[in-house]
Amino acid sequence: MTDPRSLSPLDLETPDQTFLDANELVINMGPQHPATHGVLRVILRLDGEKVLGLECVIGYLHRGVEKIAENRTYTMFNPYVDRMDYVAAVSNGLGYCEAVEKLLSVEAPPRAQYIRVILTELNRMASHQLWLGTHALDIGAITPLFYTFRDREEILKIFEKYCGARLTTHAFRIGGLQYEAYEGFEKDVKTFVSFVKPKIDEYEELLTTNRIWLERTKGVGVISDKDCIALGVTGPVLRASGVKWDLRKAQPYANYKNFEFDIPTGENGDTYDRYMVRMMEMRQSLRIIEQAVEGIPEGPVMAKVPKVMKPPVGEVYHSIEAPKGELGYFIVSDGSTQPYRIRVRPPSFVNLQALDLMCRGQLVADVIAVIGTLDIVLGEVDR
Amino acid sequence: MHGVVQYIQSYLDSNQTPGAAGNFFWATVYILLVFVGLSLAVIAMNWLERKILAHMQVRLGPMRVGPHGLLQPIADALKLLLKEDIIPAEADKTVFWVAPFIVVLAAFTVFVVVPFGPTHAITDMNIGILFMLGVSSLSVLGIVTAGWASNSHYPLIGALRSSAQMVSYEVAMGLAVVSVILMTSLNEASTGTLSMIGIVEAQQAQAQWFIFKFFPLGLIGFFIFAVAMVAETNRAPFDLPEAESELTAGFHTEYSGFRWSLFFLAEYSAMIAVSSIAVTLWLGGWLRPFPNALQGPTWDLVFSLIPGLTFLFLAGMTFYSTVRMPKHPLFRIQTMGLAGFGAFLALVGLILFIPGVRIRVQDIFWFSAKVAGFMYLYIWYRGTFPRYRFDQLMKVGWKVLLPTGLALLILTAVVAMRTELLAEIRGAWRP
Repeated sequence: MTDPRSLSPLDLETPDQTFLDANELVINMGPQHPATHGVLRVILRLDGEKVLGLECVIGYLHRGVEKIAENRTYTMFNPYVDRMDYVAAVSNGLGYCEAVEKLLSVEAPPRAQYIRVILTELNRMASHQLWLGTHALDIGAITPLFYTFRDREEILKIFEKYCGARLTTHAFRIGGLQYEAYEGFEKDVKTFVSFVKPKIDEYEELLTTNRIWLERTKGVGVISDKDCIALGVTGPVLRASGVKWDLRKAQPYANYKNFEFDIPTGENGDTYDRYMVRMMEMRQSLRIIEQAVEGIPEGPVMAKVPKVMKPPVGEVYHSIEAPKGELGYFIVSDGSTQPYRIRVRPPSFVNLQALDLMCRGQLVADVIAVIGTLDIVLGEVDR
Repeated sequence: MHGVVQYIQSYLDSNQTPGAAGNFFWATVYILLVFVGLSLAVIAMNWLERKILAHMQVRLGPMRVGPHGLLQPIADALKLLLKEDIIPAEADKTVFWVAPFIVVLAAFTVFVVVPFGPTHAITDMNIGILFMLGVSSLSVLGIVTAGWASNSHYPLIGALRSSAQMVSYEVAMGLAVVSVILMTSLNEASTGTLSMIGIVEAQQAQAQWFIFKFFPLGLIGFFIFAVAMVAETNRAPFDLPEAESELTAGFHTEYSGFRWSLFFLAEYSAMIAVSSIAVTLWLGGWLRPFPNALQGPTWDLVFSLIPGLTFLFLAGMTFYSTVRMPKHPLFRIQTMGLAGFGAFLALVGLILFIPGVRIRVQDIFWFSAKVAGFMYLYIWYRGTFPRYRFDQLMKVGWKVLLPTGLALLILTAVVAMRTELLAEIRGAWRP
């Protein structure tokens, strides 16, 4: 096991000799590169095809979301959080709304809680499907992408019917929901669950036992549980290393304690385990959705929240289990209508730190596989 | 004048390839025919690949340019020709300029010896297969120079990968080929041959395609070649040199427009070339299927009708699609175009029924049909497999295919000479 703190930073000061006679080669991957999932720039130091070290350069998608928050009221800032992890916008919204609710000491009514859980878990499915498609594409299997996008479309249709938007949904409001579930929402969700169950088997058929897939993922980008914890890595990456840590169980939020589900874990912490963990998580999400849709209670969807929100002076940290890991919101209130400071703990940003450790000694092709398996969204990394 | 006509006519009576007959006029005609046919095949392959891949991936593929996207390859070619020709400032201009031509030249030259029929080849060399392997491996040179001349990191890595890959898989490929050459020597005359036509004729004489020879030895050889040829042409799952997700576009990252289209053309014609080798060596070349089980003049007649029937079937499919086209007036021209295409296919089908034509083209048809099967496999691989990593690719080449190929070669030799060997052993044992 390598202590991540002992890794020497990449020496980029050494002049790059012409690549004709040097053993070492520094190449720049991104920000315009098909496999860096957006605008990540990775500087690789290579010995032939072997990676000696790498350094991530981020900030190409920085929009100053945290700063914007200081000039918006709590309600006005709500849609902005959707633009961070844009493939899991609902989860972002849930985290933010719950954090502000904690600050205001209000709680969303039960019906709203159930609908929130259904939409969030659907969003987890959508996020994992998008991850699977792009990850497989990075490793060279082009077909799964189209299968996952076909099925993700059904989720987006439900979102669209519910709130009118497909990607940046702004589905939740502080204190509950803006909209009552539409007519036939439960039926749609049930239809989707029965539709997508065999589809997950279909993805697995394409990849799980595929010889080339196994060779490309087993033993690639291994990270130990201790390293994960030292680096603050969370989410499926942490669980694939064998740590049974899921905020939905560890510190239940929303009403996750009402549902039965397992936390899938891996053993080796390699790319294959992370793949399997996410595949199992999709099935667990379906399990939660099935239970939630059966038990939606009647009642209001909005708690009593003042029109002009002025939370008491204080601070709050609230974190949820987003599809990519622990998504935390730290909000400082000075008693005015606008937050004094909002700090977001994005899972992608923290997980990305492990990239160097996971890639050292591997080959260039593995860097691509590891970037894919970390499931980063640059909107969230840069904010 | 009379002499010229006689010169042209003299070939028609001979039973040889134009090259062997020394007839330059017909050789030129054949070269042009092969060139045009190959370019058409690449265009068709482009469309088919996009369509088949699309249908494997639950989507439609090109649908806008022409009915069912039939004119898409032409639109693509036009776009590529009109694009600005960029040569990077830091590139080695001459080498950058020459590289695509080396690749295209290597890919096209091999077709000189490809036998589409007993007389339908540009020429018949007595070193045919050697010539094919030799010339097709020249394309490595083009790829390396392309990567080198771009003076950029990604193309260089792509070129290095490509050359390492092609060189290592050629070894396994060569061993599989040698095992076939051993098999050709098992005629009554007992002389082996390297000539492409000779190899097919050997299969005819032994009444057995070499894929079934010494079962399963022939099959293993074929399998080795089938794997190696995918690696040799840099196609999925061995498409590392142009691994899009890693190296953007590999050795041709810096190429655009017409130069890039030359690489594209070369890649597809190389695919056709190696498939032709596989068909010639293992699948009986131009021979029709089931030569033993279904023989006799009646079956010969039935099989000679299949080319025409195939085209009629395609025409029928086209007409069916025409009927299913949307009835909206905006689609009128497309519907007419599709109907016209169907009529063209039907006409070709009917021409293929004319006895004189039927007999002459059936060889070409069977050869092309077998090659088309390989082309479909290429697309299928691309739709299903992830990509190998570089070290794994090398492992497959050197640790799996090469030892298997060596063992295969020795086993083939032993099995081929088994009666003689047994006699030797008996002789040695008897005092």
